[in-house]
Amino acid sequence: MTMFSSRNWREYPQRYRLEASKFKKSGKTYFPPRDVDPETGDTEKETVILPDTGKIITYTVIRVAPGQWGDMSPYGLAVAELTDGTRLMAQVTDCDVEEIKIGMEVRIEFRRIQTESHEGVLSYGYKFVPKWY
Amino acid sequence: MAGIVGYGAHLPRHRIKAEEIAKTWGADAPSYKKGLMLREKSVPPPDMDTITLAVEAARNALKRSGGVDPADIGAIYIGSESHPYAVKPSGTVVGEAIGATPHIHCADFEFACKAGSEAMFVALSHIDSGMMKYALAIAADTSQGAPSDALEFSAAAGAGAFIMGKENLIAECLYTHSYMTDMPDFWRREHEFYPQHGGRFTGEEAYFAHTKGSSNALLEKSGMKPGDFQWAVFHQPNGKFPSRVAKELGFTKEQIEPGLLAPALGNTYSGASPIGLTATLDVAKPGDMIFMCSYGSGAGSDSFIWKVTERIDEVRDQAVKTAKLLHENLIYVDYGTYAKYRRKIKKNY
Repeated sequence: MTMFSSRNWREYPQRYRLEASKFKKSGKTYFPPRDVDPETGDTEKETVILPDTGKIITYTVIRVAPGQWGDMSPYGLAVAELTDGTRLMAQVTDCDVEEIKIGMEVRIEFRRIQTESHEGVLSYGYKFVPKWY
Repeated sequence: MAGIVGYGAHLPRHRIKAEEIAKTWGADAPSYKKGLMLREKSVPPPDMDTITLAVEAARNALKRSGGVDPADIGAIYIGSESHPYAVKPSGTVVGEAIGATPHIHCADFEFACKAGSEAMFVALSHIDSGMMKYALAIAADTSQGAPSDALEFSAAAGAGAFIMGKENLIAECLYTHSYMTDMPDFWRREHEFYPQHGGRFTGEEAYFAHTKGSSNALLEKSGMKPGDFQWAVFHQPNGKFPSRVAKELGFTKEQIEPGLLAPALGNTYSGASPIGLTATLDVAKPGDMIFMCSYGSGAGSDSFIWKVTERIDEVRDQAVKTAKLLHENLIYVDYGTYAKYRRKIKKNY
C-alpha cells in the first residue's frame, strides 16, 4: 500500500505547494495539474497556487485503516471546494470524525501523509484541518 | 545590522496534562506543577513532525515578510534535536514546500536545545556579510522524554521561523554573544530513542552558568542593563528555570511574561526561546528592546538584543499569533493516546 518515493517526488509541486494548471482558453483550473485541457485540447496554461481554505463538499469515515494509517483511525477523507472553486480530496486531521460535516470550513496544512515502517521514506503533502482561525 | 523581516510559529493543538502523566507512573503531579511550573505540554499527532511544523512556521513568517519572494531566500537552516531522518536533510523538504529551491544553501543544525538559535545566529551572519538578501532560520522540535522520566512532563513540540534580511525589518539585531563549554548534562547517543540527563547537574553548572555567562557578557558588550529592555526571553526547559535566571540577572516577571510559554506548552527544545520570541514580538511595540538568551545542553547559550521597528504594527496580524495557538481550541489526550502518537508502544508494522 505504499507509494514509491519516485512517484511522490514527481508530485512535489502539487503535494507540497498546491500547484495547479489554469488554461488560457477556458480559464479552468485543474488539480492535480494537467498538460492538456480535456475540454478544449488547449495546452496554453499557467501554473497557479491554490488557496488554502475551503468547505467540505462530501466525506467518508475510515474506521478500518490500512496498516500505516492505523494510528490515526478513525479519520475522515473529504472532498473540499476551495475558495477559488477547485475541488480536491484529502485526509481530515486534528478532527474527531463525529465533528466532520458537509459545509464545514477547512484549512490546508502541510502534514506527513505516509510513513513507511521504521526504515522507509517519509512522504509529505496536504491535509485538511478544521479552520478555527 | 541584519534583523528579522518576517516571523511565525506553529504548534500542535493536542495537549496532555501533568496529572495524566503523573497518574500513569504514580508520580506527584503538584511537584511538577508547582515545583517546575509545568501544567501541560503540547503533543504532536502522528502526521506532524519537525518538518511539518517547520513548514507551517515558515509559511507564517512569509505572511509577515511584506512579500518576500521565497526564491530570494539564499539559505535555510533548521535547528532541531528531532530531525525525522538520521540521514536526509529536513531543510530540503521545507525549501521545496515554500518554493525556495533550488538556488539555496541548506543545512540542518543540532545542538540540543540551542540548535534553533544557532540557525538564527548563522542566518544573521550571512546577511551581515552581504552574502545573500534573505536567510531563513527555523527552530523546530518534536522532542521525546523517556516514559516515567522527569523529562516526560516537559518534552513538547513546536516551531518558530525567522526570515533574516537587511531592509524592511520588524526587529533589528543590535548585538549577539555566544558562550560555550563542554558540559555532559544531557545527551542522546546514536541509535538511542530517548535522551539521558544528569538530573540536578542540568541546573546550576549547566543551564544557569551558561545562560548567565552569555547574558552577562552581552549586557557588558552592549553597555545595557536589564531595565533598558521592555521584554526578555530565556530558554525554558520548564517554567522555573527561566523565572529564576531572569530574577538573578535582574529582569522582572513582567519582562519575561509574554515569552514564558513553558507552563502551558512544555519544553519545545530548539523551539523554546525562538517561539518565546515570536510570542513577545506579537505584543511588542515599535522601539521596544527585547533581550533573548537560549540554552542548549552540551552546552552553550546564544544571546541576542533585538530592537523592534515601526513595521511590527503592520505585520503582527498578518499571521496567527503564538498565544492563540498556545491557548485556544486545544485537544486534550489521555496517556494511551499520547503513547500511541509518540510511538512509545511496540507494535508490528
